[in-house]
Amino acid sequence: MRLEPVAHPSLARRFGYPAAALGATVVVASRLGAIAGADPFAVLGQIVTGATGSRLALLETLNRATPLIFTGLAVAVAFRAKLWNIGAEAQLYAGAIVAVLLGTGALGAPFVLPLSALAAMVAGGLLLLGPAILKVRLGVDEVVTTLLFNFIMLLFVSYLLEGPMKDPMGMGWPKSSALDREARLPRIVEGLRLHWGFGIALIAAVAVWVIQTRTTLGYEMRAVGQNVRAARFAGMPVNAVILKTALLSGGLAALAGWSEVAGLKGHLSLDLSPGFGYTGIIVAMLALLHPLAVIPAALFVAGVFVGSDAMSRAAGVPTYIADILLATALLFMVLGIQLSKFRVVRG
Amino acid sequence: MSHADGEVRDIVLGLRGITKRFGALLANDRLDLALHRGEVLALLGENGAGKTTLMNILFGHYVADAGHVLVFGDPLPPGNPRAALAAGIGMVHQHFTLADNLSALDNIVLGTEPLLSLGRGRSAARAKVERLARDFGLAVHPDARAGSLTVGERQRVEILKALYRDARILILDEPTAVLTPQETGALFATLRKAVAQGLSIIFISHKLREVMEISDRCMVLRHGRKVGEVATAETSREALAALMVGDTPPEQRVAQGVAGPALLRLEAVKTPDRGAAPGLKEVTLTLNGGQITGLAGVSGNGQAALADLIGGLARPASGRIEIGGTAPAAWSPRAALRAGVGRIPEDRHRTGTIGDFTLTENAVLEGYAGPGIAKAGFMDWRAAEAFAKRIIDGYDVRCPGPSARVRLLSGGNMQKMILGRVLEAGPRIILANQPVQGLDVGAIAYVHGRLVAARDAGAAVLLISEDLDEVMGLSDVIHVISGGRLSPAFARGTMSQADLGLWMAGHGFETAHAA
Repeated sequence: MRLEPVAHPSLARRFGYPAAALGATVVVASRLGAIAGADPFAVLGQIVTGATGSRLALLETLNRATPLIFTGLAVAVAFRAKLWNIGAEAQLYAGAIVAVLLGTGALGAPFVLPLSALAAMVAGGLLLLGPAILKVRLGVDEVVTTLLFNFIMLLFVSYLLEGPMKDPMGMGWPKSSALDREARLPRIVEGLRLHWGFGIALIAAVAVWVIQTRTTLGYEMRAVGQNVRAARFAGMPVNAVILKTALLSGGLAALAGWSEVAGLKGHLSLDLSPGFGYTGIIVAMLALLHPLAVIPAALFVAGVFVGSDAMSRAAGVPTYIADILLATALLFMVLGIQLSKFRVVRG
Repeated sequence: MSHADGEVRDIVLGLRGITKRFGALLANDRLDLALHRGEVLALLGENGAGKTTLMNILFGHYVADAGHVLVFGDPLPPGNPRAALAAGIGMVHQHFTLADNLSALDNIVLGTEPLLSLGRGRSAARAKVERLARDFGLAVHPDARAGSLTVGERQRVEILKALYRDARILILDEPTAVLTPQETGALFATLRKAVAQGLSIIFISHKLREVMEISDRCMVLRHGRKVGEVATAETSREALAALMVGDTPPEQRVAQGVAGPALLRLEAVKTPDRGAAPGLKEVTLTLNGGQITGLAGVSGNGQAALADLIGGLARPASGRIEIGGTAPAAWSPRAALRAGVGRIPEDRHRTGTIGDFTLTENAVLEGYAGPGIAKAGFMDWRAAEAFAKRIIDGYDVRCPGPSARVRLLSGGNMQKMILGRVLEAGPRIILANQPVQGLDVGAIAYVHGRLVAARDAGAAVLLISEDLDEVMGLSDVIHVISGGRLSPAFARGTMSQADLGLWMAGHGFETAHAA
């Protein structure tokens, strides 16, 4: 048995297999529900209602999708250029720290929000620049360095929250002081619990799409990712492209942390991110690294998380089902995408 | 022994009426072949004559449009490499297919053991490999990592792989192309031992000297047809060469160029060695406008180092480059492009194009940063597409359109696209590295014609090729490169093929230096 590339995949082929992948995910999920002792169809129904059934649920899903769009974009941008950024989690916290630093310092001016957003992006970008320079200069594998940065960063945040950044009014809890009102992201519609971080995330996705398809930098990033040999031969500044990609990717991931602090939580604590940086990899892969597809992918992943929480409460099925569901969805989707591009030939 | 009887009894492999078409190209035209027990059959032909296609059909990589294959009298199911293996056919490819991170032994055994019993039967396997290595003179350390082996050793592992699977018929596709003379000698010793043990060998090559040395019979292909089948003892190199190239000998096919000013000069340039491939050793070279300078040489003798140097990918360790009389301040691919160097790379798939990019995206790969395409950091895709269309129309690139992925183009059309990209930039110096390797006859003529036209328009062309006929047919001036050293310039017509062959083998350099 071997795989043969399909030169011109038909529409049915391109969309049929991914759709079948989603179907297969649903089948597996319902079986899991049944194993956990609940009615499989009820489980699925509860996940869907839990994620989209009410205005509250829907807003919760959108809120949850916001950081995932940012980290998904960060990963998509980097992976497209074959820069394996596994450290979105660390860059997210870098952005969160900057949001607190500039948001609690009584800068007080109306420009504190754009300033802190920019500073957060710079901080996240610089955090990824280190591993990127090591990769370019010394050939150090960035998978290892960026991954390790996640742990370093988490410990660093822990130190900050126990020390210099600790909220004096926090009754001993390891969390930062609350952000000033001027440093908080306003809600999109007054009275609805959805902040402007979501809007900025959508804008970021469009911006990344424009960068990738319309600018020389985006062209260079794609060329370096597709065939670095040909890019170098053609005279592209390959190393500079990788470093710029790192700045952009790290900056996008930092916006996830910045918007969580400035938009949702209002302060920094160690539970700011339940692994948004890692989940961003799933989002980016589901989106096939396409910046606009990151939006539905993030909504899907966020919906599964939010819906599973609700389902877990209602049906008494462990919430870990969400993790399994996502993992299954990712595996089926990767398989489906391969099948849409390749044909299985016997013999 | 009655001749007819012997033939029928001894035939181990028979190909009958094999025909294979690729689009307009008839790669194999009703080919018959008979391989006898214990003989070496040389399959001769120029690049693109259909040798490799025929062997790929035999080994099941392609399915023939017509004809069939008999192995030991039984028909071989088409399109099934596994069946070919099981029938006792072993193929040693031009490009080796070893897993670098596994040991030689693992590579040899890989795929012959059931997945789950890996580890068991290893000592038996090792004993068998060691016995085969001894019997056939294939010295390889079984525990060495494949990635650390030399090219010659890797080839031995490939041969062991086939023998380990009890191959009775060995097919070697251009086995000496990558070998040093010493390694070639060792390979031939191995082949003689194999034949003595009753194996049959198909030896694919276009090197006549080696064919004369090792083969019992020769079959000559030209443009997919069989044009001759002779016993080696009854023929000569000259006769075979005449069969290969046909009635038109590889004489000068183009008029002589008119030498213009020196456009590029290398002065005593040295570059470091790269693994087994030598760097440049004090190379001094002048490229004149209006001339094609041919660089002849056996693969791996410093051609890559010279191409990288002129293409901007490498800088000289010592010595200097001068373009138009001045030394460029910086040297990089982009600096080379700016200085007017157009580059046709050796590997059009890996270096010259990005397969998943469209024709438009590939067309502007070198010029995207220029004023016509980039505007304030944004790509003007409409201008880029217009440029791609100009190349498609002007260089006869057959493709569905500018938004087609380049990986779907044939080699010839891909090369025409690269040619268009290079020539449209109006280069003063053109580096053509193996510009027609693997192309069909029509594309070869087209590429050559364009290079000659560029020469006539005043450009200096450096033609690097392993095909001596190509170098002799096109060049106004010829250099030979061997071991990283460059021969003096030979004017066209002053050297015979045999003279150049001696320089390619490394003779002549000492006397030249002494003089």
